[in-house]
Amino acid sequence: MYAYDEIDRTLVNERVSEFRDQVQRRLSGELTEDEFKMLRLQNGVYLQLHAYMFRVAIPYGTLASNQLRQLAHVARKYDRGYGHFTTRQNIQFNWIKLSDLPDALADLAEVGIHAMQTSGNNMRNVTSDQWAGVAPGEIEDPRIWSELIRQHTTLHPEFSFLPRKFKIAITASDHDRAAIKVHDIGLRLIKNEKGETGFEVLVGGGLGRTPFIGKTIKHFVHGRDLLSYIEAILRVYNQYGRRDNIYKARIKILVHELGIEKFSREVEEEWQHIRNSSLQIDDEVIEDIRSRFIYPAYEKLPHMPDELRQAAADPDFEAWRKNSVTSHKNPGYSIVTISLKPIGAPPGDATAEQMDALADLADKYSFGEIRVGHEQNLALPHVAKRDLPALWKALDKLGLATPNVNLITDIIACPGLDYCSLANARSIPIAQELTRRFANHELANLIGRLHINISGCINACGHHHVGHIGILGVEKNGEEVYQITIGGRADENAALGNLIGPGVKFDEVADVVEDIVEAYLALRERPEELFVDTVKRLGVEPFKERVYATR
Amino acid sequence: MTSPLQQKLKIAGSSVVTANRTWDGVVVYRTAAKGWSADLADAAIVRNSDEAKALLAEAVADDVGAIGPYIAPVQIGEDGKIVPGNLREQIRHDGVTIDLPV
Repeated sequence: MYAYDEIDRTLVNERVSEFRDQVQRRLSGELTEDEFKMLRLQNGVYLQLHAYMFRVAIPYGTLASNQLRQLAHVARKYDRGYGHFTTRQNIQFNWIKLSDLPDALADLAEVGIHAMQTSGNNMRNVTSDQWAGVAPGEIEDPRIWSELIRQHTTLHPEFSFLPRKFKIAITASDHDRAAIKVHDIGLRLIKNEKGETGFEVLVGGGLGRTPFIGKTIKHFVHGRDLLSYIEAILRVYNQYGRRDNIYKARIKILVHELGIEKFSREVEEEWQHIRNSSLQIDDEVIEDIRSRFIYPAYEKLPHMPDELRQAAADPDFEAWRKNSVTSHKNPGYSIVTISLKPIGAPPGDATAEQMDALADLADKYSFGEIRVGHEQNLALPHVAKRDLPALWKALDKLGLATPNVNLITDIIACPGLDYCSLANARSIPIAQELTRRFANHELANLIGRLHINISGCINACGHHHVGHIGILGVEKNGEEVYQITIGGRADENAALGNLIGPGVKFDEVADVVEDIVEAYLALRERPEELFVDTVKRLGVEPFKERVYATR
Repeated sequence: MTSPLQQKLKIAGSSVVTANRTWDGVVVYRTAAKGWSADLADAAIVRNSDEAKALLAEAVADDVGAIGPYIAPVQIGEDGKIVPGNLREQIRHDGVTIDLPV
């Protein structure tokens, strides 16, 4: 966990007071909505179909148990008793009143949580690997650098009035769990031949209306130069970014239009002016941030304790363990992913009771720490292997032990037309029906790793472009129509999916996905060949033929 | 962003002006009494562009009462009951189409 200091606490508390005053002035009519809109957005407050929506940041996906309890408290006191974990390590409350928001923010500030950088045309919540600091083989904890960027960019004027929103993600493992290639800036933490920490920097990735995979702009930027290099990129973006056209304002469009070579030359030139300035990071700054990440006092525990050996006789436990439990850098411990995708439920939702109970379980079994992943699942990052059977029983009672992580029912979905004012079509009911169709865990395991991503509009909050199967809802002649893509992926081999053919109606989507899966099972060369690999090998055609032959 | 009042209004049938109430975000409809109601039955009905523009202008002027007013289609049954005219408005009126987690 990161320990906040007095400066952080003062900043968050001052922000609450400022917003309380702004809300009062809005409700009294002193501020018009036009004047107020940017102010509320800078505090994570959107207006959705039925109510205001309040988005709260969970920087780099790390939560303490007391913070999770406070989120449960906000859900219970100010909302309808649940929250929705998003695809960018945030949580959203869907039913909050504007008049209650200052109190909700004040309650969150008590535990160091805020809504800064969760909306508006500024630097957004810096995301990272939800297994940061515990993943075996990780080069270094990427959250130290995420925190550095968070501190530098929060309320920084250069990053607060950008042409459009700006998202950074960092990974430090070979397997990219942070989807860095579809961010405005993606950072891969690496070491050079001298063993010094630095970053491969990617730029211009993004989804939405015009999706692009990020391109490498610099193969190695030394850690001490990270802020100046990011700032150089942002300066070029600020200078040339299209403020005149919202659809062309993201940096991906600029990179595409200038070309990566010209863009990188512009950045390089800018960087030379500022790299040796005060933006150069002293080692002491990094060490200070590093020192405020407090790691658990791990015990030396056996790799295979008796409790685990005995529990292995229970097939339900084993199914969960094999699916949801991952190796930890410390062999006596495990990382446990908690699926927020129970069969038939909205992806990513958790009730206040579940959050409270999870906070208790985190205290009991995970040194009080919880992680939030962009796949809309949670994780307990430090679970002793001897505790896995007891934890599983407790999670099962809470409805949080569905063994479907990375399987076909582990669906990423945006809120869609049930909540969102931008959406054209519903996402959640599609996800729910698909989880019912593939509820049989033996079938899901037979299919293997397969990610379905659903977005209810072209803005792509469900990251449909990078779903192994992507589903995009659009509106056509007053009806919901869904376009299906296959072959996308969000990892280190990120790729955009390809459309298989004409859109299909709401009631047909689950049938189409079943057809695609049946085709895959028939076409794969061996059980280990993953769906995306089969698509890569064969292309779209055989799947298209299967889906449209009878339609 | 173009102001709602500057946008061309095409009215394909009976319509209402709807928005979200400022203090709590609840869906509201503009009434003939120059106020807002959470009940669609209270909504003022407009049937052509001139009526729609006038009702919208009046709604936009009430910036403290509600946010983001716009024209939305409705259908009026033989019994005079007003129902939303498309899926989006139906969801705004009836609520989400899924069971809430609690």
